Amino acid sequence: MILGGKESDVVLLDENGIRCDGRKIDEPRRIMIKAGVLKNADGSAYIEFGENKILAGVFGPRDVHPKHMANTDSGILRCRYHMSPFSVSERKNPAPSRREIEISKVIKEALEPAVMLEQFPRTAVDIFIEVLQADGGSRCAALDAASVALADAGIPMRDMVSACAAGKVADTIVLDVNNEEDQAGQADMPVGYMPNMEKITLIQLDGILTPAEYKKCIETAIGGCKQVYELQKKALHDKFFSNGGNS
Amino acid sequence: MGHASLIDELKSTKIRDLLEQGQRIDGRSFDQLRSLSIETGVIPKAEGSARVRLGNTEVVAGVKVQPDKPFPDMGDKGIFICTAEILPLAHPSAEPGPPGEDVIELARVVDRGIRESGMIDLSQLVLVKDRSVIGIFADNSVIDHDGNLFDACSYASTAAVLSTKIPKWEIKDDIPVKVEGQESDAPITTIPVSVTMGRIGDYILVDPNGEEWECLDARITITTNSDGNICALQKGGHDGFTFEQLTKCAEISISVGAKIRETLKQSKQGGQ
Repeated sequence: MILGGKESDVVLLDENGIRCDGRKIDEPRRIMIKAGVLKNADGSAYIEFGENKILAGVFGPRDVHPKHMANTDSGILRCRYHMSPFSVSERKNPAPSRREIEISKVIKEALEPAVMLEQFPRTAVDIFIEVLQADGGSRCAALDAASVALADAGIPMRDMVSACAAGKVADTIVLDVNNEEDQAGQADMPVGYMPNMEKITLIQLDGILTPAEYKKCIETAIGGCKQVYELQKKALHDKFFSNGGNS
Repeated sequence: MGHASLIDELKSTKIRDLLEQGQRIDGRSFDQLRSLSIETGVIPKAEGSARVRLGNTEVVAGVKVQPDKPFPDMGDKGIFICTAEILPLAHPSAEPGPPGEDVIELARVVDRGIRESGMIDLSQLVLVKDRSVIGIFADNSVIDHDGNLFDACSYASTAAVLSTKIPKWEIKDDIPVKVEGQESDAPITTIPVSVTMGRIGDYILVDPNGEEWECLDARITITTNSDGNICALQKGGHDGFTFEQLTKCAEISISVGAKIRETLKQSKQGGQ
């Protein structure tokens, strides 16, 4: 019995330090990011992060409806994280769940420090995230895509927000916990990070960590965020420079 | 809350100016909790209950215990569910109706702290494996809102669960039947304590009051268990934390939490 996790037949970490999906301890899953995938949205991005397949679309800055939500001093950011009914093994009710509402809120709060909202008062920037297929770590992947979509929309930003989780699996701190490890593991810590400003803008934790493991877990996750950051930059570079800038 | 009024702005400036001088608006030190009182057994019809006052924030939590079906993939575990509601009488801005994102986050953070600590040994709450289990439902009602509902609700639910008496059920013809006059303490393994800290500029403030809450740059709730390990965490607010600040917050949560844990233990003995 593993403390804090469910009993499992899966070997989460073998004697060579290889995880159940063949990865090393500090290795993220396969990540592919593409910017500018939607025609109507002002900015958009698509990410595949392990088995996650997620779209993000950005509209704005634009008029705020309902009007009472508008802020005279700065723009507002709104975010909707939504999972398609077919994104998980058992059909998900399409109505927003409490989990989705919470994730929408933490993603919005993770992006707010990066977006220069003070430059466009009385307007709103809307971010719509659709999880087409869900795997472990979907909130981090969603945040990665949303950040690229904001940049793709040309919205002034102080920094990108890059996200990756770390966790504790078989008493070891590992990078980028997958679904199986999340179910059977001991702790999961999603982290969102501004790589140039060195600020953590999203952090949550489920599961038990000693103070030393806690620090290691944050450091490991930040290492993953920095890897994601390179891929986010590449996605934007590919969109704006590879096809003569007209894709 | 689109428009910050002039009064709010002045208040925010005042709070920040005082912090520069090493002071908080209500005179507390940076790592000092407001006065905390916990009274248990306040709702005799509930199997467990507590009324918590944290400064001028006040919460009533009640625990109901009843047989239920287990979750599909958790047939060998009882059920624990924790909710929270800000009653319309608690604050001028609170309205009746479906919960907004703030209230949903509040309930989920309080639930997560208790659940992830493993406070209740749910494996001891099984009547018939995969068929019938005991459910523990801890519901928080915020009756006065003066900031930091996370900790007030968390202490109220924890104290209420600690005071809970679990009735005995026997299975007759596949149906759980309550055995009158027999009850036991809830199976407790550890006492989770959340500590919520706000950041204003470079200052980390434990247990922000209502006025401080309105001008936080960011906040973080860290829950620790009786071993002094960290079992749940949630960042909120429109800005972030540095790695050093997060490390410091964890240390504060462990040391401040240890004192609060003693208060929670005493509350179980039926007193204040």
